[in-house]
Amino acid sequence: MAVANETPVAAGKGAAAERRRSSFARLVFVILAKDLRAELRTKEAVNASLAFAVVILVLFNFAFDLDDPATRMIVGGLLWLVFAFAGTLVLNRSFARELPNDCLDALVAAPVSGAALFLGKALANYVLVLAVELVSLPVFGIFYNVWFPFGQMLIVLSLGTWGITVIGTVFSALTVNIRLREVMLPMLTYPMLVPALMAAMVMTADLAAGTSIWNQMTWLKVLVGFDVLYTAAALALVETVLVG
Amino acid sequence: MTAVTVDGVWKFYGDYPALRDVRLDADAGACLALIGRNGAGKTTLLRTIAGFSKPGKGAIRIFGQEPRETETRRNIGVIGHGIAVYDELSAYENLTLYARLYGLADPRRAALEWLEQTGLERVRDGLVREFSRGMRQRLAVARAFLHNPSVLLLDEPFTALDDRAIAVLQRLLREALANGKTVIMSTHQLREALELSTHVALLNRGAVAFHGACTAEMVADPGWVYARYGD
Repeated sequence: MAVANETPVAAGKGAAAERRRSSFARLVFVILAKDLRAELRTKEAVNASLAFAVVILVLFNFAFDLDDPATRMIVGGLLWLVFAFAGTLVLNRSFARELPNDCLDALVAAPVSGAALFLGKALANYVLVLAVELVSLPVFGIFYNVWFPFGQMLIVLSLGTWGITVIGTVFSALTVNIRLREVMLPMLTYPMLVPALMAAMVMTADLAAGTSIWNQMTWLKVLVGFDVLYTAAALALVETVLVG
Repeated sequence: MTAVTVDGVWKFYGDYPALRDVRLDADAGACLALIGRNGAGKTTLLRTIAGFSKPGKGAIRIFGQEPRETETRRNIGVIGHGIAVYDELSAYENLTLYARLYGLADPRRAALEWLEQTGLERVRDGLVREFSRGMRQRLAVARAFLHNPSVLLLDEPFTALDDRAIAVLQRLLREALANGKTVIMSTHQLREALELSTHVALLNRGAVAFHGACTAEMVADPGWVYARYGD
């Protein structure tokens, strides 16, 4: 404890051991664990997202002729549209979860960098969206009789989902205090996601047609580049987004 | 030693100046009561000092540092209008969460200690959403004091508290002041606040109408400052 005649900030600077415990990675993990625990207690976002994904997959199943070879060519698009819309339901809750009881104020007041806060929340969203996708994928496979090579599909899912998550988490923070945030989030997110969704759709369609993603290196590079670029931009801008 | 300095701060909401050239300071060990009518700018001033938003003009220093510096934030405890604890977590989980965010050496021990200090140890594993209002307020107090901050920023801390929570908060504030901590609190409950205060600042439409030591006549008649310096 800082004594009365010592500058507490200076005393804080001397507490090297405590600072180590508050390392960036540790803070990211604390935020990640908090968000996952809160979501698993309520299951608000995951239940809504999963129900939405399954219902849309069922409706698409009735809407398209599965024996038509042309349908095979658009399975990538169908699948990623479902993932993008279902993902938004999870992402909408990300910062909105902090609004009751003004918890966002306490997080902003805590000695946690905006980047650590963002990354913790983005990783929690990533886990939740990926979980919804991994449950939806077999449902898609059964309805459409389409099966993907698991390893390569996992690469496309991982990269595409991170793109959705990064953009969605930033805009979730940006729209958290807006009254119509449920409307604004998709309006802002989807246009930004176009390059990532295009890449993921093309590669998923190729996988469904039995082609390896390694034959689509350009799209793979687009997806990786998108993820890296927007992750860096988000980490740089999030402090401004949160505090102004 | 000056703990908090507010130097010519202006804060605008659009074109409206919510704070107008506010100049205040609070020494270590002082308790400054911010008083004023609704909309006078008390909450805006506290939020700006806490670093939730940046001033349009002017500067705020906490022990000579910017409020958004990480080390400065480690030394600030805030109680705002909301209790800032998660309904879907237990009292213990909430406090260990904040203890970890503040980098305390032993988060579990700190959480248990503050649950005991605020009389919540029996409901430590209960979810906050099941708590009564008084219990939630006491948990908010525990959350704000948990990391032993040197500066406490309290926005109407006595509002909606039950008798027990008021007693807990007053005891903790007295101990904090005795240990050289600085307290800045906005309040409408003048009697409770002036008992603890060493200084008073009256805000009127975003500007400081009075700033000075808390005198015996203020404590005896809490409306005295309003009558003399208010509208």
